[in-house]
Amino acid sequence: MSIWVLRGLRDGVVTTRWPAKSDPYADAWRGPARPLDTSDLASLDDLTDLCPTGAITVTDSTVRVDQGRCILCGRCVAERPGAFAWSQGATGPAVLVREQLVIPELPETDEAVAAARARLAERTAALRRSVHIRHVDAGSDGSEEWEIQALLGPVYDIHRLGVFFTASPRHADVLLVTGAGARGMSGPLRTTYDAMPDPKVVIAVGTDAISGGLLAGSETTTGGVGAAVPVDIWLAGSPPTPFGILNALLIAVGYLTPDGRRSR
Amino acid sequence: MTTAEPDVLAQVMALWKDLEARVAAGDRFAGLSASRPADDDPVALSAHVATAGDIETLEVTLPPGVTRYPALTPLVGAAFWYERVIHDQLGLVPDGHPRLAPLILPGDPLPRHVAGYGLFTIPHGPVRSGVLESIEYLVETPGEAIPHLNMRVFYKHRGVTRRFTGMRPADAVLLAERTEGIASVAHALAFCHAVERIAGCAPPPAAALVRVLHAELERIANHLDVAVRLADAAGLAVATARMALHKERVMRLVSRMCGSRFGRGVVVPGGVSAPPRLDPAELRAEIEWLARQVAGEAAALMATSSFLDRLRGTGPLTPARARTHGALGPIGKAAGFADDNRLTRPYDGYPDLPVPAARAHSAGDALVRLRVRWEEVDQSFGLLRLAADKLAERSGDQFRVRCEPAAGRALGWAEAPQGEVLYDVMLADGRVAGCQPRSASFHNLVLMHEVFAGDILTDFPFIEASFGLSVAGAVL
Repeated sequence: MSIWVLRGLRDGVVTTRWPAKSDPYADAWRGPARPLDTSDLASLDDLTDLCPTGAITVTDSTVRVDQGRCILCGRCVAERPGAFAWSQGATGPAVLVREQLVIPELPETDEAVAAARARLAERTAALRRSVHIRHVDAGSDGSEEWEIQALLGPVYDIHRLGVFFTASPRHADVLLVTGAGARGMSGPLRTTYDAMPDPKVVIAVGTDAISGGLLAGSETTTGGVGAAVPVDIWLAGSPPTPFGILNALLIAVGYLTPDGRRSR
Repeated sequence: MTTAEPDVLAQVMALWKDLEARVAAGDRFAGLSASRPADDDPVALSAHVATAGDIETLEVTLPPGVTRYPALTPLVGAAFWYERVIHDQLGLVPDGHPRLAPLILPGDPLPRHVAGYGLFTIPHGPVRSGVLESIEYLVETPGEAIPHLNMRVFYKHRGVTRRFTGMRPADAVLLAERTEGIASVAHALAFCHAVERIAGCAPPPAAALVRVLHAELERIANHLDVAVRLADAAGLAVATARMALHKERVMRLVSRMCGSRFGRGVVVPGGVSAPPRLDPAELRAEIEWLARQVAGEAAALMATSSFLDRLRGTGPLTPARARTHGALGPIGKAAGFADDNRLTRPYDGYPDLPVPAARAHSAGDALVRLRVRWEEVDQSFGLLRLAADKLAERSGDQFRVRCEPAAGRALGWAEAPQGEVLYDVMLADGRVAGCQPRSASFHNLVLMHEVFAGDILTDFPFIEASFGLSVAGAVL
C-alpha cells in the first residue's frame, strides 16, 4: 500500500483554485452560441434553418439564440460568423429563470428574475457551508454523469467547498437532474424530489435537461425535466463542463450569484 | 391473414436456419432489427452477420398485416433482447421466444427466477447510490450469493431510434454523438461510415488520421473511467483520485484539440469538421507524457494485491458463452473471443496503422477484463503516436470532401471502447429515412445475467464496473 502514499504526493496540488481565483482552462472554454449585432446583415431569413435544435429565432429583425436549446455544434458560428459567435467561459450559462437563456434577453424577464432570486435566497440561507447533493439521471446520454463524477476527482474536488454527494434523498439539499426527461424516469424522479426535505434546490444539468435538446420531439421524453420537477437553476451545455456544474451548485447554495459575484 | 403467410413464415424460418448454420460455422451474430416506415407498410426484418472482413445483412419482408413470425432466439440465443425490442417497437410477436416481456417499454416486474426457502429480491435502482445512469437491477438472493439477476432497463428509454428519421445526415450525426454520450466519436464514426458508403466517398487521409486520434483518446478515457470505478469500489482512495486525474487530463487534451471534452462536432460525413487546433508537435509531446503517466499508474494498480483479490475470479464469462453470444469489445476479448473491427474490418486510418491483435485470454473475469483494457490503452497510445506523426506530414491536406448522398442504404461500423457499434442507415431524398443504431452496450449488457457464478452482493459493483457499459447506449 505504501506505493499509493508516494503516488498521492506526485504532481503536488492539481486542484483548481476556482472560484477564489480564475482558472485558465475555464476561461478559455467556448460555451453556447450567442448572436452578434446583425443590423448590417442584408438578409436574416436563412438564419433559423441553421440550427438543428431550433434555438435560433428572428423576430422584428432581432436575432435571438436560446442557449437552453443550443447543443454547441457550432454550425451557426462556422457558417455565419458575421451573425453568431461562441460565448466565452466554462462556468455557464446558469440562470434562475428559463427565459434568461434567450440571448439577447427579453425585457419582460427582469421582474421574474428578481422574484426567483428572492425565492432562492430564502431557501439557500438555510444551507450554509455543508451541502449534500442527490443526482438523478432522467434520460441522459451518459456524458453528464461523467462531468458530475469529475467533481469528485482531484482537479475539481467539491469537498473543499463543503459540498458532498449523498445516496439518500433524505439527506439531500440539492437535486441534480440530467437528461431529456425520459417518461420512464418521471415517477422515480418525482419520488426522489418528494423524499428530499425542505428547503431544496433543483438544478437542471445540461441542454437536454432544459429543453430535451435533439430529443425534444421524442414521444418518450417530456422535452426537459421541468415537466416532472420545479427547476430552480438552469445550466446549459451539451454536456455542461464540471466548472459549469460547480458554478450552478455554488449558486444553489448562495455562495455565488448568477452573475458570478461572491455573495458571502 | 393472407394466403401467402405460410410461405412467408417458411421463408423467415429458412433465413433463421441459415443464420444458425453460419453462426455455428464461425460467423458472428451482430444484430437484428425491424423497420416499418408506416403503419400499413410491410415489415422488413434485418439480421446482421459479421463475417471475415465484412458485415452482411440478411433480410426478409413480412407482408402488411402479418404480426407474428417464428422467433430467432431458440436458434440463436444472442437474439434474446433484440426480439424483445422489436416487440416493444412494432408489436410483432416472435413465436417461441422464451420470455417476451417488455424491455425498453415499462413492464411489470418479472417473476422471481429462483425459488426456495429464504430467497428474496433486492430491487436496486433506478435511482442508485452514486452518480450513475438509471437502471434497475433485481438481485435474487438468499442473503449473500446471487443465484439470479434480473434487469429492468426501460427507465431512461429516450426514443433515439425514431428521432433519426427525417433528419439531414449533418444533423443526424449530432444525434448519433448523443446516442451513447461516452462513446460519441465511435457512434459518429459508425453513422458517417454508413453515409459515406452510400455516397461512395472516403474521408481524405488527413481526416482519417484525425478520426483515429479522437477514437483512440475516447478509448483511453473510457478505460480510465472503468479503472476509476473499480478502484473506487475497492476503496483505494489514492488510486481512484490518480485515475480520475489521468482521465481528466485525457479529456482536456481532447477539448484542446476540438473544443469538446467528448470529441463532439469533429466527425462529419466526408471527413472531419476542422483540423486539430493543437500543433502536431505539441500533440505528440502530450501523448508521450500521458502514456508514461498512465502506464506507471496502471502498473501500480495491477501490483496492489488487495485490489487484485477483489477482481480475480469475479464475474467470469465462460469462453463458450462469449463465443456463442459474440461478446463484443473487452468483455469478449477477456473470454477469448476477439473480433476487433479496427483489425478485422478496418476503416479510416486503421488499414495503414499496425493494430496489434488481442492477446489470448480465457479466464473472462473482472481482472482479465481490466487487463485487456490496459493492453488496449497501451496499444491506443502506440496508435496515437503513429497517427500524430503521420498527420504532421500532411499539414497542407484537406480535411473534408463533399458527401451528400440522396438515397440508399448501408451499414457502418466502428470499434467503440465498449466494442463494435453498428449503424444501419437508410437515406431517401437526402434525409434519413430510417436508422437503426446498435451499441456494444446493448449487445453485451444481457450477458450480465450470466456472470454471477459464485459471486456475492459485495462483488456487484466490481462486476458492473468491469463491464464498462453505458445504459444510454443500451436502451436508446
